[in-house]
Amino acid sequence: MVPTAYYLVLAAILFSIGIAAFLIKRNVITIFISIELMLNAVNLTFVAFAHMWNQISGQIFVFFVMVVAAAEAAVGLAIIISIFRTRQTLNVDEIDLMKS
Amino acid sequence: MSHLTNFEVFLLLSVLKVAVVLVITLMSVAYTVLLERKVIGHMQNRWGPSRVGPFGLLQPLMDGAKLFLKEDLMPLAVERPLFLLAPVIALSCALVSIAVVPFGAVTTVHGVNIFQVADINIGLLVILGITSIGVYGIALSGWSSNNKYSLLGSLRSTAQVISYELALGLSLVGIVLRAGSLNLRTIVESQSAHGLLSWNFFGGFQFVAFFIYLMAAYAETNRSPFDLPEAETELVAGYHTEYSSMKFAMFFMAEYGNMITVSCVATLLFFGGASSPFGHLIPVFGGQVVQAILPVLWFVAKVFGFLFLYIWVRSTLPRFRYDQLMSFGWKFLLPLAMANIIVTSFVFAVRR
Amino acid sequence: MQLALFIIFGALAIGGALNLLFQRHPINSALSLVVVMMSLAVLYWSMGAEFLAAAQVIVYSGAIMVLFVFVIMLLNAGEEERTHGSRAAYSVGMPGAAAIFCLLSFVFLSERHALGSVNVGGYLSNLGMDNISQVSSMLFTKLLLPFEVTSILILVAILGAVVLARKEQ
Repeated sequence: MVPTAYYLVLAAILFSIGIAAFLIKRNVITIFISIELMLNAVNLTFVAFAHMWNQISGQIFVFFVMVVAAAEAAVGLAIIISIFRTRQTLNVDEIDLMKS
Repeated sequence: MSHLTNFEVFLLLSVLKVAVVLVITLMSVAYTVLLERKVIGHMQNRWGPSRVGPFGLLQPLMDGAKLFLKEDLMPLAVERPLFLLAPVIALSCALVSIAVVPFGAVTTVHGVNIFQVADINIGLLVILGITSIGVYGIALSGWSSNNKYSLLGSLRSTAQVISYELALGLSLVGIVLRAGSLNLRTIVESQSAHGLLSWNFFGGFQFVAFFIYLMAAYAETNRSPFDLPEAETELVAGYHTEYSSMKFAMFFMAEYGNMITVSCVATLLFFGGASSPFGHLIPVFGGQVVQAILPVLWFVAKVFGFLFLYIWVRSTLPRFRYDQLMSFGWKFLLPLAMANIIVTSFVFAVRR
Repeated sequence: MQLALFIIFGALAIGGALNLLFQRHPINSALSLVVVMMSLAVLYWSMGAEFLAAAQVIVYSGAIMVLFVFVIMLLNAGEEERTHGSRAAYSVGMPGAAAIFCLLSFVFLSERHALGSVNVGGYLSNLGMDNISQVSSMLFTKLLLPFEVTSILILVAILGAVVLARKEQ
């Protein structure tokens, strides 16, 4: 018997590590990866609450979050590829101006 | 056995099942290599390996000894953790899928079903998931080798595998519609009503899905005619160029292990698994032990038939070029799989 | 034993996330995220969400992360360096994340008696159906419109990705 709060605290830890990685890292792809980590932490919260309230809606929401994350990852990586083609770098400090 | 609790009996029998299945799978992998060499040899009008034992039966043991004793090179500039991890991922994903496959009819000993290691409600999704994870073995081996040709070979192979995974998954939907469940035991039992005629290939009319599954499985396991990424005349040896001795043996075993897994899944889903083609025509004979062993023999015979088909196709057909391969997967198999789903669900809706 | 399952896979998830934070090369971060996702799949399965665990492995760590790994291998931009920007971000990012974590865990732990506990392996036994039947019966009857809209969303994303990543001629 594991208290539900433990699952939620685990999700909070993952979410805050995701935020830290988002703010600290300088590579665009790693920033994207930290966004996916934050989405996964939120999914864990939804599943824990779905189990607690004994409803299936939480799991359906996680399903939709996964679908949207897939679409967002595809388009985001395509954007990153075209940025790399023009700027030749993936460091966010060097691609932060519209003028190259 | 009466002094052990239920849980301990379960644990002991499970460990025993896992050990037996693992040993049999590894021996099958070794002897599939021999089977391939003999069959291709006979199709090319020559003997295969025939000197080592009677009919060459000790050849796999000698091959294993040779691979063990070869020097294990590791080039200086490779990324060591990923280099060591990639063959482990490939081999373990090839072997884990056997855990959900039911070999025979439901036979319980002390309350434990002995012909299936794990009876999971979503067994079919587990097999698809493990196939998806196996991609990492290929991708990481090319990347960590620090070698242009390995990287190109592994990227090509990764793109091929993930493209055909979609067609593979979609071709299985018709079967799930007919069986009403993702549990492999339920799928096998939905095909055991009338012997040959109720198998999914014949009575379930899933021959299009079978064709798609076969093509997609040949591409997933990187076997002819889809074996461009690892052919010897292209890109040196593809993603396992820099591997030697034991790690190369692990990739090799992973490929044949994947072949065996795909053959097992094809017999389960399309050809009735362990059920005999005669159904109820043959009267029940023999004792309980014979009745338990007979479905396992049928299962093994069907898996053997599929392995023979794999080897036959390898020795007969030429290779696809890479762009032909990708357009075949995306522009032909995927729409065909979706059309199969639509037709199957339409037929089921009309029948209800 | 159920607590042991949670602790082992929770520790694996946290270890993977910390590895993501502290590795310099993006491919190591991507592979650490795969480890996190697989241990989360185990945790979903332990809460009875079998379909989601399988979807997490097949879709998330078997397709989306392969896409990430593919792009990292293709672009091959190399390791990160310590720049001025990253040092400033350290001094803001770490305290900020720690503050959010403290706030969230304070709220969760102060309500832990109201939240109840997880029966590991317990199914949502509302209607006696297994998990995947429940998910699909809601997804294809009441939520059919969102389901179809998400398939159109994926179609749009595919078209967008193909157009954006194409070489200009």
